[in-house]
Amino acid sequence: MNKHDPKGIPHTTPRQSATFTQDVNSDIRRAAATGIYDIRGGGAKRKVPSFDDLLFMGASISRYPLEGYREKCETSVTIGGLHAENPIELDIPITIAGMSFGALSGPAKEALGRGASAAGTSTTTGDGGMTAEERGHSNKLVYQYLPSRYGMNPDDLRKADAIEIVVGQGAKPGGGGMLLGQKISDRVAEMRNLPKGIDQRSACRHPDWTGPDDLEIKILELREITGWKVPIYVKVAGARPYYDTTLAIKAGADAVVLDGMQGGTAATQDVFIEHVGQPTLAIIRPAVQALQDLGMHRKVQLILSGGIRSGADVAKAMALGADAVAIGTAALIALGDNDPRWEAEYNALGTTAGAYDDWHEGQDPAGITTQDPELMARFDPIEGGRRLRNYLKVMTLEAQTIARACGKNHLHNLEPEDLVALTMEAAAMARVPLAGTEWYPGKPGTGY
Amino acid sequence: MQTIDLSKIGLREMNKTLHAQAANTNQTTWEIVNPKGAHAIACGLDAPIEVTVKGSTGYYCAGMNQQATVNIKGSAGPGTAENMMSGKVFVDGDASQYAGATGHGGLLVIKGNASSRCGISMKGINIVVHGNIGHMSAFMGQSGNLVVCGDAGDALGDSCYEARLFVRGSVKSLGADCEEKEMRPEHLEILRDLLAEAGSDAKPEDFKRYGSARNLYNFDVDNAAAY
Repeated sequence: MNKHDPKGIPHTTPRQSATFTQDVNSDIRRAAATGIYDIRGGGAKRKVPSFDDLLFMGASISRYPLEGYREKCETSVTIGGLHAENPIELDIPITIAGMSFGALSGPAKEALGRGASAAGTSTTTGDGGMTAEERGHSNKLVYQYLPSRYGMNPDDLRKADAIEIVVGQGAKPGGGGMLLGQKISDRVAEMRNLPKGIDQRSACRHPDWTGPDDLEIKILELREITGWKVPIYVKVAGARPYYDTTLAIKAGADAVVLDGMQGGTAATQDVFIEHVGQPTLAIIRPAVQALQDLGMHRKVQLILSGGIRSGADVAKAMALGADAVAIGTAALIALGDNDPRWEAEYNALGTTAGAYDDWHEGQDPAGITTQDPELMARFDPIEGGRRLRNYLKVMTLEAQTIARACGKNHLHNLEPEDLVALTMEAAAMARVPLAGTEWYPGKPGTGY
Repeated sequence: MQTIDLSKIGLREMNKTLHAQAANTNQTTWEIVNPKGAHAIACGLDAPIEVTVKGSTGYYCAGMNQQATVNIKGSAGPGTAENMMSGKVFVDGDASQYAGATGHGGLLVIKGNASSRCGISMKGINIVVHGNIGHMSAFMGQSGNLVVCGDAGDALGDSCYEARLFVRGSVKSLGADCEEKEMRPEHLEILRDLLAEAGSDAKPEDFKRYGSARNLYNFDVDNAAAY
């Protein structure tokens, strides 16, 4: 008996609310204290149906495998051959997604270029323009053409190996960007033509076109300025993938980059990241359907991004119809982002390795998402480039291992028929059978 | 003078020909006939040449211009001189939406009226409009000068940064964080030079200056209604 329970009535155990969880309560307390919505980097952290919910069946008697290490399994991909005089030829189908100088340090951008080039793939600029070190260290550089047009100029446009018109981003379909004042250093401010130290807002729509008919004319202008030499990609968020892909193709894109909600951002509202957009797994089949309906599958390339982490993810994306994938967050982790070696410093920032996402504050202990000279000096771009190359090589080997096991001599030959799903949700989204059945929800002809 | 008949050689050949002009070309004067509202005429030029388009143009005429002077002897479609870096573009008639959008430098002169979003996200370009401009002009304007000899529509200079906006006539409304500013001697000097270069006889003293109140430069919850 205790003093709070004089009659000896047993207490129920303290029960936490499934609605008002500790996470939710901390969000409420933070909002009440600050009056500002939470801003962070990265992609959706909530659990969503993903490539982890798919499995390859491999080969046995009904399918014939290829011998690992002996029989070839090609990995090359050509992007942009439909309209461009000089399509992009890549050794591997894993590209580096657009990340800005400003969000990332100059040495981090250099490392991405080094790693991508060593692995035979492309890297991509971001909001804020093209830096010399990025161009110099990237054999194949895709130049993003964004709504803000920060740092946008025709000289850099002509130096690019491809142009990516960014319409949307998986982390924030319909949203613009943000770079808080802490990261607007002298160099970033000069490149973006802004006062130093202000919160830089990026528009969510392009300033000089609206809608697919205008986009077609914008693509015409960009092709005229670059002499029809380089491919033009259109990047869309995973919002309405069937229609967005259809309209991008109709506007004349050479490639469509499709970004699911697990795809990262340098900084935006947490509520946007977690509640707007669709999981990567859910967007690929509608996009492939759009390409097939227009007779453009494999002619206009589909590059899928948003939470791609391993060779298994690459193989699954390609089996469902992608021509290539792009990685962003995974590339940063390969460079050293969120590494436990900086745990004490993450703790000092009120977080822990693996959870650090305040990239916009510019205090990254790993020296990657910062413009602070002392923190930047911690990051070695040569070592970072080597690590990224290693990671890209491993992903490629993993994808090849799976493809050979499925009897495919090219990653592009992987197909939906190689896959099964572990959950009803994944089966419905990927349109592959639930494991042990021949059925998936919505399968034509099944009536339900 | 070199004459290109767009109806005969097509857009690609025309732009290819103009792009092939080197900095020291002797063929400095070009005339384009039969433009018939085509898009992307004379975009991406990068040589000290003068191109006169005999008629009206479609989208993005003189887009991303560097060094060249482009005269449009008619009206111009959306995005004329968008992202111009240097050089000059003169429109004899009216200009549609987004004239001079995101321009980094050079001079854009519109002798008629300009539609909405003139100078949107401007980054250093100078724009002189002899007539009126539409709504949301100089939205998010970062730097450069927008001179309007007539009236301005709704939401002038919304969310602008350091662009200077000069209007002689009325302003229907100012956008978020845009306010009237003091006209100092250096501003009158800028105006005088731009008006002269644009062939306008308007008097600098008749203009008012507008610009950023700088209240939205760093997020403050008490300004949330303005976002």
